[in-house]
Amino acid sequence: MEAKRQTVIFAWCLLLPATIYIAIIVAYPLVDTFILSFTDASLKRVTNWVGWENYNKIFNATFADVIVRTFVWTFFSVLFKMIIGTFGASLLNSAVPGRTLFRILTMPPWIVPMAIGIFMWGWMYNGQFGMISGMLQRFGLVDGPVAFLAYGSTAFWATIFTDVWIGVPMVTLYLLAAIQSIPQDLHEAAWTDGAGRFYRFRRITLPLLMPAMITMSMISLISTFNSFDIIWILTRGGPSGSTTTMIIDTYKTAIGSYKYGEGAARAVLICIFLSIFSYFYFRVTSRLSQEQSR
Amino acid sequence: MSTNKHAMINRYKWYEIIGIYCGIAVFLTFVLAPFVEGFLVSLKPLSQLFSSPYRFWPENGSFEAYRTMWEHVPGFGRYIFNSFFISITATIVVLLLVVPAAYAFARFEFKGRGVLLGVFLAVNMFSGAVLLIPIFRLMRVSGMLNTYFALIVPLIAFLIPTAIWLLRTYMMRIPRELEEAAYVDGASHFYTFRRVILPLAMPGISVVGITTFITAYAQHFIFALTFNSKTEYMPLPIGLFAYFGRQEVVWNELMAASFVGIAPAMIVIFFLQRYLVSGLTAGAVK
Repeated sequence: MEAKRQTVIFAWCLLLPATIYIAIIVAYPLVDTFILSFTDASLKRVTNWVGWENYNKIFNATFADVIVRTFVWTFFSVLFKMIIGTFGASLLNSAVPGRTLFRILTMPPWIVPMAIGIFMWGWMYNGQFGMISGMLQRFGLVDGPVAFLAYGSTAFWATIFTDVWIGVPMVTLYLLAAIQSIPQDLHEAAWTDGAGRFYRFRRITLPLLMPAMITMSMISLISTFNSFDIIWILTRGGPSGSTTTMIIDTYKTAIGSYKYGEGAARAVLICIFLSIFSYFYFRVTSRLSQEQSR
Repeated sequence: MSTNKHAMINRYKWYEIIGIYCGIAVFLTFVLAPFVEGFLVSLKPLSQLFSSPYRFWPENGSFEAYRTMWEHVPGFGRYIFNSFFISITATIVVLLLVVPAAYAFARFEFKGRGVLLGVFLAVNMFSGAVLLIPIFRLMRVSGMLNTYFALIVPLIAFLIPTAIWLLRTYMMRIPRELEEAAYVDGASHFYTFRRVILPLAMPGISVVGITTFITAYAQHFIFALTFNSKTEYMPLPIGLFAYFGRQEVVWNELMAASFVGIAPAMIVIFFLQRYLVSGLTAGAVK
């Protein structure tokens, strides 16, 4: 009994430093966000309790637009990441010469400081001098220059495209690892029975990859919902709010206009959405791991 | 027999090989196009960059921008140093906090273990952006605003969860018999941790250290953007904004500077890619 107590005390001593750190830098700010969301905190010295006012203020048509936009933006970004990632992982899994090199070449968008990749896209999207507009004109697909970031509709898809580009390497390499963990005997058995490559991909690889794809799309959903750098550097939420997602909106309100209280109320809403996603994520992954152990 | 079969399954017909290489070419074009274009931009003189119609290949391209970038922004070396300093310091602190915690999660049974692990992993679901306001106030009150601390302290918190998860998985694979033998010999918990576990966990600790460093180097934009306005502490991603002039962006120097800035990361990837893939993807398996 005494030995057991000592063990528990030792375990807590090991955990204490990291726990205190997270408590101060993450848990306390989280609580503070909730408290701030009920105040009119700003640069002024005096802070007053305002009750639900901040929440009343944000529930209007403009903010409903922001929420819908955030979900559409996130949905398409995750969808494209998963499609391209699955495509890439299946290709990189092929036993062809050079595949180790191809795997290394997949990593840069993920490993390089995000801002740098985003600058490069910013230049490629340039209407008059950029590569994409230039190529489209060269091949006669458009008549004049296309300034992708200058118009709402194109800026929306341009930011999604860049987000997909940054997210694809992780999805690809994760799904590649999952494909490689599929037992080879299944393929051998099917091959002996005369199943073709495409048939085996559809009937063995895809079903067995499903758990990893679900897990990855949930992880991707949470990180995409939080995406800030890409939109901030490319458009700052513009033109005229067409790329303003909830994160961007919160940042503009809190840091741009110093309305900490209103910003906090927006942050609380984001936290609620993220908690819902995480709840489903934990449920889905625990069910998947139960099924696997059965 | 099995290997023979394996080899036969993986034998492709000629048109399959062509299909695979074409697919890989399309995929890698998507992934690498911005880097290729960025590199060509760094070779082009500004006059060619700001001219229509667009030309892909540089005409009389030169590495001139790689020289002028240092004259235009004399502090650029400092930004690279700052990025390294911030990332290395963060990595060291993360390891000091995470190694003991991961061991506790991997080995000891105690009340609330599952909940606490869940809390640590939940940190991963917030980006810094959501908690920016209170952390900003925290930095201001503690006087850390506009110092290195403002860039390092919040960063560490968001690096801890993945590092704990990775290292815990690694430590669970170390056989328990080794510790039990040490306890039978009368060794204390701490002695066993230091003399038995730490040496055995070293490969895992290095992988976690490398991935933490890469993540820190790649992603400290929002804190640096918000919590620091002093030029001397700016890390690389923010420092690059120095090439955004009043009239126009000096794109060739910006791209040259970007490549100089990512060169260290590229070298690391090349030599450590085997560890990186296992480390980074395992980190995603939450």
